Amino acid sequence: MTLNLKLNGQTHQVEAEPGTPLLWVIRDELKLTGTKFGCGVASCGACTVHLDGEPVRSCQTFIEDIEGAEITTIEVVDQNPVGAAVQAAWAELDVVQCGYCQSGQIMSAIGLLTENSKPTSAEIDDYMNGNACRCATYQRIRAAIVLASEKLEA
Amino acid sequence: MTLNTSRRGFLKGAAAASAVLLVGARPDGALAAGSSNGAKLNPFVKIDADGTVTAIVKHFEKGQGPATGLTTLIAEELGISMEDIAYEFAPSDPGTYNNLLFGPVQGTGGSTAMANSYMQYRQAGAAAREMLVQVAASEWGVDASTLDIVDGQVTDGSKRAPLAKFVAAASQLPAPENPRLKDPSEFRLIGNAKVQRKDTPPKINGTAKYAMDLHLDNQMVAAVLRSPRKGALVAGFSDEDAKGIKGYIRSAVLPNKAGVAVYAEHTWAAFQAREALSVEWDNSNAEMRSSDQVREQLIEAVNADPAYVLTETTASKAQSSMDGAATVLEETFYFPLLAHAPMEPLTCTIEATSAGGVVLHDGCQFPTGPHGALSQILGLPMDKVQINTMFAGGSFGRRATPVADYQVEAALAFALTDRSRPVKLVWSREDDITGGFYRPAVAHRVRVGLNADGGIMGWDHRIAAQSIMKGTPFEAMAVHNGVDHSSVEGVAQSPYVIPQQHIGLTDVAPATTVLWWRSVGHSHTAYVVESMMDAAAKAAGRDPVEFRLSYLTGDGADQTRTAGVLKLAAEKGNWGAAPEGRDQGIAVHKSFNSYVAEVVEISRDEDDYVKVEKVTCAVDCGVAVNPDVIKAQMEGGIGYGIGHVMRDEITLTEGVVDQSNFPDYEPLRIGDIGEIDVHIVASNEAPTGVGEPGTPPSAPALANAIAVNGPRVTALPMINNGVDFA
Repeated sequence: MTLNLKLNGQTHQVEAEPGTPLLWVIRDELKLTGTKFGCGVASCGACTVHLDGEPVRSCQTFIEDIEGAEITTIEVVDQNPVGAAVQAAWAELDVVQCGYCQSGQIMSAIGLLTENSKPTSAEIDDYMNGNACRCATYQRIRAAIVLASEKLEA
Repeated sequence: MTLNTSRRGFLKGAAAASAVLLVGARPDGALAAGSSNGAKLNPFVKIDADGTVTAIVKHFEKGQGPATGLTTLIAEELGISMEDIAYEFAPSDPGTYNNLLFGPVQGTGGSTAMANSYMQYRQAGAAAREMLVQVAASEWGVDASTLDIVDGQVTDGSKRAPLAKFVAAASQLPAPENPRLKDPSEFRLIGNAKVQRKDTPPKINGTAKYAMDLHLDNQMVAAVLRSPRKGALVAGFSDEDAKGIKGYIRSAVLPNKAGVAVYAEHTWAAFQAREALSVEWDNSNAEMRSSDQVREQLIEAVNADPAYVLTETTASKAQSSMDGAATVLEETFYFPLLAHAPMEPLTCTIEATSAGGVVLHDGCQFPTGPHGALSQILGLPMDKVQINTMFAGGSFGRRATPVADYQVEAALAFALTDRSRPVKLVWSREDDITGGFYRPAVAHRVRVGLNADGGIMGWDHRIAAQSIMKGTPFEAMAVHNGVDHSSVEGVAQSPYVIPQQHIGLTDVAPATTVLWWRSVGHSHTAYVVESMMDAAAKAAGRDPVEFRLSYLTGDGADQTRTAGVLKLAAEKGNWGAAPEGRDQGIAVHKSFNSYVAEVVEISRDEDDYVKVEKVTCAVDCGVAVNPDVIKAQMEGGIGYGIGHVMRDEITLTEGVVDQSNFPDYEPLRIGDIGEIDVHIVASNEAPTGVGEPGTPPSAPALANAIAVNGPRVTALPMINNGVDFA
């Protein structure tokens, strides 16, 4: 099927079969590789993107279901004040190790701070629970979300 | 240093001809220098004509920090800031970029990146500094000793000039033999906690390129359908049902019959087509054992006389030394197979070059292995095989196998094509979890006899394990008198001075492939030794810290440094003064020449569900080159150790792996672990490992905290052995 995909403010015409996960259209067709393949079953969060502003797992989001939706990926989140604050906090605290999950972590953190600008530690743990980090950078993720929240408040 | 720099005219002439200053090492280890116009030289540092400085990092970056650490060493000695130095990963060349602790092999592992690079990269940076200064001194007509490089400029204190001015002439000089290294009192960057990771910026905006992110023009994606059982061979297959899948190209049996390679235009088509294949397997030589059988064999082995005795004290001597003991503690431990599950599934790409060779694009941990394998499989001389090392999305040991497993698979898949299109091999998470190369399953049985005063009279320790090193190219290095050191490390050569200790080992044949897994043997030995020390202290009615310290007496470095981190962790973790409702456990362990102690604090909710609230860590790893990277490695190592003992195991049913993806091989989640507080011991000793040493003490410290008001967990994972987690 031919699909008009609204991604990062542009409309792309892509050819893909129904049932194709959005992840593979983003990575293999549009060649935006900041969105990662980690598990393919929505259980690690590495593939998280925003669909109309809400974090979703792109490996379990199928292209026939998203016609007309606005998709945002890690590559442009610095254009949004919450995204810029999250990235700045991530940089300041050197959250990353291998870094492979961090696009997804950042996309989820932006989702959290967009709906809850001052999350508690328990709220952070609850919201971020679906984003796995095998390097276990969790305590810095938690601290960076708090720091980003402070940056946005200032 | 002695340099012939009186020929100012020559130097000026040379400045016009050459452009780049390269400083590295010859295969014999001596410093070497040259320019881009000179003979082949693989450098550790490259300074372009415009003064741009680049560190050539010989260790791959899987998150453990060498892109920052090795760059710090060059910048420190060269006199430039971290902002003014770039880095790139070294090509495959074991002549120059070998791991000094591995022999003629280029590779990363065993927590050695800093330990083997510390002097080498400092020397290269210092040599470059001396060469640039020498040229400036010659041009300015002053003595070189009056000049230095400060903030990226050559200066005598008042006059300043950029490095670019001297690069070309310096590139014509021979390397100094023994450049002066900075005294630790002069360090600006080494030991500076404010130095930040060099690889953070691209990893937070999606631009960092991992091997999974490579997309070459005209590439094919290959997925391989492997047998669910080790040793099974393809007997036949049909791709009838795959033919309708858009993007599917074809399938072919790998030459070793270990699987069927499925080629497609893109990843999703390759995965879909692979699912549509039907394959018939020849199981006549396949592994059909279940992990329960292996477990029984291991337990049986630790209850029999060991095949190898490592100590002067025999088992019977250790036993008889316990005659008349007030208490004899006996425990049998079992550790399951574990997968590494790095966040980025395994992948690599092979493309042909116009010069008739190939390039392997890979998050390559041990370049020397795949370099040789590709040369052999593709029938190419070694110099026609290049390796482009990219970022790796974690490893924990998995990307380095003695047989270069996934690179070989890619080479076999590439060899089945006409080589006109690049082939990108992609593993799924299911391939990763079911694909073998696990932390071995291991059993220990320990008997400890205590006298009436609560002192150890004897310690009988038997281990049964699946050997990692036997039958691999590493056997000569790691196996002595039949003992695979990686099966016993951490019990053998423990800093504790234990009277009448017997250590014995028996090998049990693996039912699957086994591999080093973050901290290797220490991943189980620390758990056993530290659980038994804790149980012994408890039985003796003594404080676990005081009890341990009483076996770390004397002024040996191992004992004093182990005692040092133990006391520091106890102090910083408020040992013995846990908040109301919390229990503490402690453990200390030496691995990879570093010393780490950890205090784990847990809570229990009304249903007795355990939560890890806080971990306090003390580490002594010699000179702390990048303190914040060290802290991060401790944090991560602790999470890795704790996460696996909580929930994870790989089991086999008639040879088939029962787990397949994260839902049944559950990673540590953010809510599983609270604050981690890391303290680094100030030290002038040579730097030692940090990637692995945080892991070993974390699991026993958790087990010891659980044992305060709960069971002593001796079989893992904990959730299958009487512990529930919140």
